[in-house]
This record gives sequence, structure tokens and C-alpha cells, in this order.
Amino acid sequence: MDWSLLITQLLNGLQLGLLLFLLASGLTLIFGIMDFINLSHGSFYMIGAYFCGTVVAITGSFFIGVVFGLVGIFIVGAAVEWFIARRLYRSDHLDHVLVTFGLILIFDTLVHLLWGAQGMAIPLPDMLNGQIRIGELVLPTYRMLIIGCGLGVAALLYVLVVRTRLGMLIRAGASNRTMVEALGININRLFLVVFALGAAMAGFAGMLIAPITEASIGMGNDIIIVAFVVVIVGGIGSVKGAFYAALILGMMDTLSRSYLDVVLGWFMPVTYAETAAPALSAMLIYILMAAVLAFRPQGLFPPAGAK
Amino acid sequence: MKAWLPQTWSGRIYALLLLSLALAPFVLDWMKQPFYLDLLTRALIFAIAVISLNLILGYGGMVSLGHAAYIGIGAYCVGIPSYYDYYNGWLHLALALGVGGGFALITGAISLRTKGVYFIMITMAFSQMAFFLFVSMEEYGADDGLVIYSRSEFPQWISLDSAFGLYYWIFAVLLLALFFIHRLVHAHFGRVIVGSKFNEERMMALGFNTYRYRLACYVLSAMLCSVAGMLLGNFAGFISPDMMSWARSGELIFMVIIGGVGTLFGPLIGTMVFVLLEEILSAITVYWHLIFGIMLVALVLYGKGGIHGWLSLLDRGGGGRG
Amino acid sequence: MAEPLLTVNSLYKHFGGIVATDNVNLAVEQGGIHAVIGPNGAGKTTLIAQLSGQLRPDSGEIEFAGHSIVDYSVARRAREGLARSFQITSVVMPLTLLENVMLAVQGTGGHSFRFWAPVKNDRAMRDAALASLAEVGLDDRAERIAGQVSHGEQRQLEVAMALAMKPRMLLLDEPMAGMGKEETARMIEILGGLRGDKTILLVEHDMDAVFSLADQLSVMVDGHVIATDTVAAIRDNDAVQKAYLGDSHA
Repeated sequence: MDWSLLITQLLNGLQLGLLLFLLASGLTLIFGIMDFINLSHGSFYMIGAYFCGTVVAITGSFFIGVVFGLVGIFIVGAAVEWFIARRLYRSDHLDHVLVTFGLILIFDTLVHLLWGAQGMAIPLPDMLNGQIRIGELVLPTYRMLIIGCGLGVAALLYVLVVRTRLGMLIRAGASNRTMVEALGININRLFLVVFALGAAMAGFAGMLIAPITEASIGMGNDIIIVAFVVVIVGGIGSVKGAFYAALILGMMDTLSRSYLDVVLGWFMPVTYAETAAPALSAMLIYILMAAVLAFRPQGLFPPAGAK
Repeated sequence: MKAWLPQTWSGRIYALLLLSLALAPFVLDWMKQPFYLDLLTRALIFAIAVISLNLILGYGGMVSLGHAAYIGIGAYCVGIPSYYDYYNGWLHLALALGVGGGFALITGAISLRTKGVYFIMITMAFSQMAFFLFVSMEEYGADDGLVIYSRSEFPQWISLDSAFGLYYWIFAVLLLALFFIHRLVHAHFGRVIVGSKFNEERMMALGFNTYRYRLACYVLSAMLCSVAGMLLGNFAGFISPDMMSWARSGELIFMVIIGGVGTLFGPLIGTMVFVLLEEILSAITVYWHLIFGIMLVALVLYGKGGIHGWLSLLDRGGGGRG
Repeated sequence: MAEPLLTVNSLYKHFGGIVATDNVNLAVEQGGIHAVIGPNGAGKTTLIAQLSGQLRPDSGEIEFAGHSIVDYSVARRAREGLARSFQITSVVMPLTLLENVMLAVQGTGGHSFRFWAPVKNDRAMRDAALASLAEVGLDDRAERIAGQVSHGEQRQLEVAMALAMKPRMLLLDEPMAGMGKEETARMIEILGGLRGDKTILLVEHDMDAVFSLADQLSVMVDGHVIATDTVAAIRDNDAVQKAYLGDSHA
């Protein structure tokens, strides 16, 4: 077995898992606290990447691009909450699906209008473009940075949710909304902050991945579905659940694409295994989600005290 | 006043719509506009799919974000046999009904254990599963899709080869579907479905095993949608997994909403408007999705009831005895 | 003494640390009106939920007409003849009163996998529904939309739906909830008319209603049944006076 390949794949899985976590943590809070389905959460991922890329093109600094991108996407998120989402918290889920589906169309076209149909490459500073060598292992510096950033945000979010007053309200809101309202909290402001924060985290994920993949129209529309799977598997409203589920799904997806044919080969003729493996590995996360919904609908790690 | 004439303005408009659809091929032929006949044919096929979605979503309150999967399944039930030179239409139809219904039975049995958001997400997940299954099938073109070189054959019965013939057979299926849904929702079965939408707890307390009725409804809807998929495969001659992506499912819901949820003719008129607008707007500007997006947001925030809702206002406003 | 139609043995239900029903025993006689009273939070609604199948007890036995129904679903119990009404009005609001009651007739009348013939043409079902509406005095309002009639009429509709199921027993969860004086009197009259014909388990706060209707009375406090007896005997029961009636008579 090729150990350095395995380690690379594990790191790829970790990277995917952490990106998913950045998307899913905001999604799960918006879902859990406001009971709002935001299909257009993936648009924040895309817009974040474009904001960042534009600032990088002007200033030449990736770091400044990220800072301005975060501020910009926070404002976009707040605006979506203020003008649209807020009016829909009390309507049924069908309305959420429709409106946020409409928002995807709007955001995708606006990006097309402003930046054109071509993708946008985001150059990295030389410092991040290199590689790290550990013995025989060669690891791209930037991928390690993504992993570091992902873990860093996860830690920050943990501190925010567990240690601060805002975090206490968020936790209370995710498990029992009426209680928070009964406490006389300005619920509108809480919703606004949570929504914008979620948008910023999604945007951050977009900024991190864009130097590798380019920013492109609709880049968030596939990964957001996987983020929804993460939310359901982890348990709606649970940041901790989103973290574990994102890592599990990221690893599962990455590893099954590389190794499922080998594993299946133990049980069936190799030719069958090679045909079945790509199909099965593409479906695996959805199979897991269906299994979770069928047998443990509250998710694997539901928020404490949730019904 | 003659009893068989529609008594309301909305009724008259729907009757006029059906009449225009019945005459359209001749008019378009006379005007030498074969392109618009193609457009209408495609609209009718989607209307059948949207009618099937409206059965579960509109009448049954089951919001599925994965209904496009059945269009894809129906289409591949034409594409894959044709790939092996099996062109028998009865085989295609039987496969579409069988595979579509079977997939719906298995996935529906799991999905309907859940409610609300979870149902939306799990139906979406299952359609993604189907999507990726076809994407990974290299033999059948993977994401590049599959060309169908010859249409389904129904020897001694029907020929789908002419544009006219295909249009009228599809129109006939559409009328059948409308009639079938009309009977269904007013029959015992339909009352249980509608009652469960508004108050499932009460329906269970009245002795209904609502799960079974909803599952049956879900399967029926999927089978009808698979037939639409089979027709689409025949019409388009080219099929790909993209037909069943979740964005397509979102569009189907959009079409239901434009027309009016839980109404008989809403899905038909909603689909017509959607397909025509798509055609007109995309000819004017490449940014037509923006207009669609704004329409969708505005429709939910301000335009409750869709086109059927607006036409019903006409009925109340005067004219007719509705 | 008549055979009990419904017997409840040692019913336990806990939610975390909270005891909802604690060793509840009940026997409801055939044809009688048995009322359950008690202060808020005594476990009455949880008891109804367990009898109707909405909640599963942690332990205990529920026998109906001679056999255990503890493992039956809500729908199955309804078809066995145990009909319930809801504390918070639960009817299908967008449908007419007649359509609501027809659903109730339909629910207990065999399966509904009938896809073609319009319900409207089902004369037998329609007549049965109209008869139930007449029993509660709503037959003249049959075509009105349920969401648009008064609260009192919706409560009457609840009872009509329960009756339309041709049940052997009715579980009525606060049928007078939120009613005015006149509406309450009307409901007492309707329920009184069912005496002897239907077995009724009545959970109710309105003491006038309970005292004028019930043959047997059980008093629940903190998940326990502290006494079961005739109305007269309960009135004179010191423990009950102290635990419960004391408040309202003070």
C-alpha cells in the first residue's frame, strides 16, 4: 500500500470536511434557530470568492482580499436577512425553498453581470504556493493553510458558542426558540447576527477554495447540497454535530473515491467492483443521510435539549 | 345557458387554453412555425410532470425537492433499451412505470417516515443518488448523456415519428392525466390525501393509516412523472443526468407555484407560462435568470395563489355564476 | 354491575424526571359517562393521549372490549371503536362541516383505496354524516366551511366527527374548552342525549358540566388517581375536597 498517497488522501478528506463544516455550521444554526431553509447559502460561498478575488486583483494582497471579502459577505448576508428571510420565518418551508431558489438565480446572474461568465482565478502569494516536505511526504503549503484555517474557525466558533453570551443565546435558540423569546431577548438582532455570521463563514470557505478551483458561477450549488446532508446527519441546530458530520462525510467521500474499488474487490470479482465503485462512492453520502433520517431522524449529534 | 359550458371566467379561460392547444399544430403549420410546435410539445411534456408533482405537493402537502429524478428515470427507460436496439414502446412504458414506481415505493417508504424539512431534504437526497448513479454509468454516456436515435415503437398502434403525431399523443396523455387527477382528488382516496395535508393528526384519529395513503399517492405521482420522462426522452432524442439535478426539481416546484398550488389547471398554465417566458426572455437577454429569480421571490412574497388565484379573483369580481 | 368497556391497569408515563401518569387505574363501565377531573398538570391530557395511542406508556395495560390495545396505532384504535375529540379544536379547516364528518364516516368504514367514484355520490356516507351533524344540531350548517363557523360550532363539529365514527366509546378532551355559557349548556344537552347509548370518558374543567353529566368521577392529582366514585360520594370526600375541590369552593 502507498502510504504517502493514503496520507495525502486523508488530508484531502480533512480539507473537504473542514470546508463543509464552514458551510454547514452557518446553515445548521439558521436552520435550527430560525427554522429557515436557505438553499442560497451556497451563493454566499460563491460571492465570498468573487469579493476576495476582486480585492486581490486590485491590491495584490490575498490577506487584504480575505478581510474585505469577509466584511462584504457579512453585509450581503445581513441584507438578505433584513430584506427577505426575516419576512418568511413564519411561513411554511415551501416558501423558503422557493424564495431561496429564486435568490440562487438572482445571485448567479448578478455575478454573471458583474464579473462575466468566465471564472476568476485568484493568485496566491509565493509564500503560500510552495510545498512542505516531511521525509518522503510532499504537502502543498496552501492546503495545509486551509486545514489550519478550518480548524481555527472551528475552535473560534466553539469558544463563541460555549463561552459567550451570544453563544448561550444561540444554543438556547437552537433547542428552544420560545424560551429565548420569553427571556425578552431582541430576537430580531440575534437572527440578523446569526444569519450574517453564517454567510461570512460560507464566504470564507469560498475564499479558501477559490485559489485552487477558481471562483465560478454556481460553484456553491453542488457543495451546498452536501452541506445540507452534513446538517441533517449531524442534527439540525448542532454546531458540534455539523463538525463531526462534516469530517465524517468529507473523509468518506474522499476515501471512497480512491479506495472503494479495492474494498469491494475483497467481496466480488474485480471487474464488477471497478464498475460499481464509482457509482456507489458518489451515492454514499446520500445513502448515509437516508439511513440517518430513517433510523435516527434527530441526527447523530442533536443539540442538547432539543425535541 | 348551456350546462356544459364553463360557468366561470377561470373555467372559460382554461377551456380556451385547451382548445388552443388542440388546434395549435394546424395553426403553427399554416404559419410555417415548426419551432413553436416543438416548444409547445416540450411544454406539454413538462406540464404532465408538473401535474404529477402537484398531486403530492399541492393536494397532499408533500414538498418533494427531488421529483425531477422521475423525469430522468422515465427518460433512461427509453434511452437504455434503445442503446441495445430495443425500440418497443410498450417495453419502454412498462419499464418507466415499473422502475419509476419501484424507486418511488422504496424511497417513499423511507421518506414518508419524516416530515417537513426532513422530507424536503430526503427527497432531494434520493434524487441526487439517482443523479450520481447515472453520472457514474460510463457505458451510458455518464454526464455527457445518451443520444436516442429512434423513437419508441408501438406497432399497429401509434406512430410517434411525425411532429404532429407526437404532439397529439402527448396532448392525449395530458388530458388523461388531468381527468385522472380530477377523479382521484374527488374520490375517497383523494379526500384522505387532502385531509392529511391540513391535519394529519386528526386523520389518524379518524382511523386512517395516513402513511399508506400518502405512500400510494407518492408512487402514483412518480409513475405519472416517469411517463412524462419517457415522452421527454422520445421528444428530445437526447438525455443526460442533468435532467434530474436538484435545480430541475426546483424548477418543477416553481412551475406549480406560478400556476397555483393544489388546483387542477394551475400546473398546466404554470408550465405554459414558465416555458414560454423562458423562451422569450432568453431570446432577449442572457441575464434572463435574474428576471426569473425576482419573479419567484415576488410571487412568494406578494402573489399568493398563482395565476389560478388571480383568475379566481376574476370569478368573484363579476361575470359568470361561479 | 355492568362489565367495564375500558380498563386501565397501572399506567406509568414519565418524561425525564417528570411523572405524567403514575400507576393510574381506571374502569369505565359500558354505557356510562365517566369524568376525569383534576387541576392543571395532573396528567389528564397525557392519559387521553395514551388511551388514544398518541403516546406509548412506559408500562401498564389498556384493555378495550376485552382485549389489550396497548400496541395498537392511533388509527387502529379508532377503527376498533375508540373515538376521540381534541382539546384544541382539530378539524380540517378548509373543508365544509359535511366534508369533515364524511371523512370521519370514511375513516372507520373500510379502506379508502378507491380512486375513481366521487365521494359526493356516496349517498350512504353522506346520509350517515348528515345524521351525525343532526345529532349535534349542525345539520342546517352542513355546507359551511369549518374554518368560518364559530368556536362553539367547531367544538360541536368535533363531537359530530367522533360520533360519525360509530364508536363504542368516546374520549372527550375538554369538549367545553373556551365556550360561553350558552354554548356550554348546548354541549351538555348534546352529551346528555348520548347517555346509555355511548360509553364516554370525559376530561373537563367545567364543574357544572361534570356534575350534571357524570355517573362516575375520578380525581387525578400529580399523575395519581386519588379517588373514583359516584358524583355524590366525591363531593363528600374529604381528601378530594382538600386536594382539589377546596380551591374552587374556598
